[in-house]
Amino acid sequence: MKHHLIPRIVARLLLPFILLFGLYVQFHGDYSPGGGFQAGVIFAVAYILYAILYGLAEVKRFLGDGIVRFLAALGVLLYAGTGVASLFLGRNFLDYSALSEDAVFGQELGIWLVELGVGITVFSVMVMIFYAFAGYHGIGDIEELED
Amino acid sequence: MVRMRSLFAAVMLASIYSLLMAAIFVVLDAVDVAFTEAAVGAGISTVLMLGTLALTTNREKDPAHKPLLPLLVVTITGAALIYGTLDFPAFGSPDAPVHSELSRRFIEKSGEEIGIPNIVTSVLASYRGYDTLGETTVIFTAGIGVAFILWRQRRRHKRKGGRKT
Repeated sequence: MKHHLIPRIVARLLLPFILLFGLYVQFHGDYSPGGGFQAGVIFAVAYILYAILYGLAEVKRFLGDGIVRFLAALGVLLYAGTGVASLFLGRNFLDYSALSEDAVFGQELGIWLVELGVGITVFSVMVMIFYAFAGYHGIGDIEELED
Repeated sequence: MVRMRSLFAAVMLASIYSLLMAAIFVVLDAVDVAFTEAAVGAGISTVLMLGTLALTTNREKDPAHKPLLPLLVVTITGAALIYGTLDFPAFGSPDAPVHSELSRRFIEKSGEEIGIPNIVTSVLASYRGYDTLGETTVIFTAGIGVAFILWRQRRRHKRKGGRKT
């Protein structure tokens, strides 16, 4: 879509706001609707919009295949790691009250961490699937392979 | 939508359906669910399905036989499910167990136990932390699965191209 001037300009104007909204949904999920899942999706949508308009090669310079795979695993690890941390601090798995002296603050901290983990994983998995689709050359190639 | 053979139109209709469902969730005061439905159902899954169409084809093949047996199975299953809902408490009934036990517990206690105002977030991330961990793992596994299928074929293709030259 390199020659579509208007979508490119409009997307460039919209992107900062979409990303800011994603951050808001991620970190304001304790007070308003939203959370890691929605924020990850919004972030991924902004990223994919940029990729559609400016080409796959352009965005892969910023986040390569390896980094995206690493991030996808990192999110799950952050979530499960928070659970294991509370296990080692003497409470049940995923009982965040163990994370701090003050049980309520521990809960808030734990929720913040696991939501961040969810957000990172959702974002990078969506981008990973998009990379896999967009980097693929089409059904013609599969049929060629079968021969 | 049932008789539609153009998959592009089917994807668009599914997306519109998701958006309408999101509006219904807002009317039902389930804002978090509506948010997810709008972002995932109407947003990213449409993009991913369009990506799939770009890889495959956007016309469905005509079926080889009449879909009478599947129709029968679906009708019987649907009838059984509807029969199962007859035992449920009436929609929105205040006497339903979910309103009298669980919801009250969460509404009364989650503020002092978890300390954040959004009860949905407390339930999802803390009380039901196991569930959400499982969901995150499912998403991770799905991504790995899709990537593996497409990477493997691409790599095989590359290898074949290499042999040719």
